[in-house]
Amino acid sequence: MSAPEHSTGSELDPANGFENPGLGEHRPRKADIDDKADKKAERQTAALFGISIVGTIIALVAYFTLNDADPGDIAQIRQVNMWIGIGIFLAMIGIGLGAIHWAKTLMRDHEMVEDRHELRSSDEAREGAIQNLKDGVEDSGLGGPKRRSVLKGSLITALAVAPLAVLVPQIGNMGSDWNISKFRHTLWGPGVRLARDPDGALIKAADVTIGSVFHVIPDGLNDLDHHHLISEKAKAVVLLVRLDPADLKVQEGREDWSFDGIVAYSKICTHVGCPVALYEQQTHHLLCPCHQSTFDVSDGCKVVFGPAKRPLPQLPIAVDDEGYIVAQADFDEPIGPSYWDRLKGGDDTTAEEVSH
Amino acid sequence: MHAIARRRHHRAAPLLLVLALLALITGVAAVAAPSAATASTEASADDVAAGERLFAANCASCHGLDAQGQDGVAPSLVGVGAAAVDFQVGTGRMPMQASGPQAPAKPVQFDQDEINQLAAWVASLGAGPAIPTPEQVDPALGDAANGMLVFRTNCAMCHGSIGGGGALTQGKFAPSLLETTPEHIYEAMLTGPQSMPVFNDANITPEHKRDVIAYLDFQSNGSPGGLSLGAIGPVSEGLWAWLILLGLIIASTIWVGARSS
Repeated sequence: MSAPEHSTGSELDPANGFENPGLGEHRPRKADIDDKADKKAERQTAALFGISIVGTIIALVAYFTLNDADPGDIAQIRQVNMWIGIGIFLAMIGIGLGAIHWAKTLMRDHEMVEDRHELRSSDEAREGAIQNLKDGVEDSGLGGPKRRSVLKGSLITALAVAPLAVLVPQIGNMGSDWNISKFRHTLWGPGVRLARDPDGALIKAADVTIGSVFHVIPDGLNDLDHHHLISEKAKAVVLLVRLDPADLKVQEGREDWSFDGIVAYSKICTHVGCPVALYEQQTHHLLCPCHQSTFDVSDGCKVVFGPAKRPLPQLPIAVDDEGYIVAQADFDEPIGPSYWDRLKGGDDTTAEEVSH
Repeated sequence: MHAIARRRHHRAAPLLLVLALLALITGVAAVAAPSAATASTEASADDVAAGERLFAANCASCHGLDAQGQDGVAPSLVGVGAAAVDFQVGTGRMPMQASGPQAPAKPVQFDQDEINQLAAWVASLGAGPAIPTPEQVDPALGDAANGMLVFRTNCAMCHGSIGGGGALTQGKFAPSLLETTPEHIYEAMLTGPQSMPVFNDANITPEHKRDVIAYLDFQSNGSPGGLSLGAIGPVSEGLWAWLILLGLIIASTIWVGARSS
């Protein structure tokens, strides 16, 4: 404990400042002074290398002996992978631990100080470098007495156009389709039937009993080629639920969007677009597995918990002459998360479609 | 008598006896196996009466003497069918031990005969889904690959990609399906117990339900990728990576840096 007059708070007192404690007194290791300890450390190191050798043997034996039965047998794949993995682990860790143990216990134990060299080069070297640059400029003819303007111009041109060889194909591959209004429209439209995901079987209203949940794709989606199927499915997937009509709070302006307690909502979360599909039958809550946004299916899929900001878009549905559930129109707003210009321009067209 | 005695000592007698015994066993087995299945669907009046007594003693305090239910306490059981009873009582979820976010599976309190009697009485109250036949839930008859497609679309979001289970909201959870019997899986899809929605035969056809059972049964082969850590996703995997693996890395770093004694 220092005397009170030396206590200077946070101010740095050069007289009583931090002292370099220096290196402590050198303490020899057991192996340095005791011959037995030295031998023991040597044996330990050798044993670690031995573990590595055993590991290699385990991996090889596992590969050659466990691999002979049915190649598709999952239990066997697991066995082979596990033993080869254990073998490789032992082989690597044995070498690593052995090398470190060797260095720590047996190699010499001197504290060494190695000063950094000065960063600044000597004046002589600096002048020489500048002179080299000047000589180069003069020799090339870019500056100095003999000017080669053709060379200079062609070099600059070559440098300027060279990146095009990389950039043009890159930009070209982005495609010519910059129409973001595609996000606003899905395969749903007037009269498109609702079909079961993934087999595409059509759904009758009578099939959807109370408490049921159907995972729905638009009829015809499965006829698309793979690329379009994926991108259209990502936008069009819908969850179809039947509630007791007494539980359903019909939203203002959407009185005819449901059918006898059957409602359909987009499955794409309005937060960052995960498929929302964890439906709890008793609470009518729909949970998004990614960030726990929770939507109330009985109340217009409004957000009751979590980071989502907007309700899930509702698909207006009806029942056609044959009893199949059909869409009345596309969604009246872009599905999925918010993006730049989400509502710009999209409102006029979809409002018309919905009000027909 | 001599004739019978002589015939008894006929050389072919032991062979005939063995054959007769075999025929008897096969015949009994052939009759017994389907009768076990039909017993659950075609219950006798005695079963119904016994079921009513069991219900009055064990279930009526919540569900009411006529199984009409009580608002906010217990649902009406009219029309839930024998399948719902077999699932709820057969997995121990009912009778419920304590009120909570959901009734968890626990040791079963009735034997299968009593469950069948309860199911018979509840089924007599109103038409509902029946207990599936052994053929309907036989994993060997299902197509595990198609079952995976159906499971991935309809079940995996709650129960996890291989049925390991997962969390829902406010203390509710989707239980692991890896230990569940095929009958109970089938009945759960059909009846939609607790938070689970109903997957009726128009949504997932009986064949597809059997495919789902085959897919879940296939999971008993184990995970080809090593430790599955309960197959519940990033929670257990993260715990493993952050606590155990990172702990090992820190421990070995300290060992590398420590001075030898």
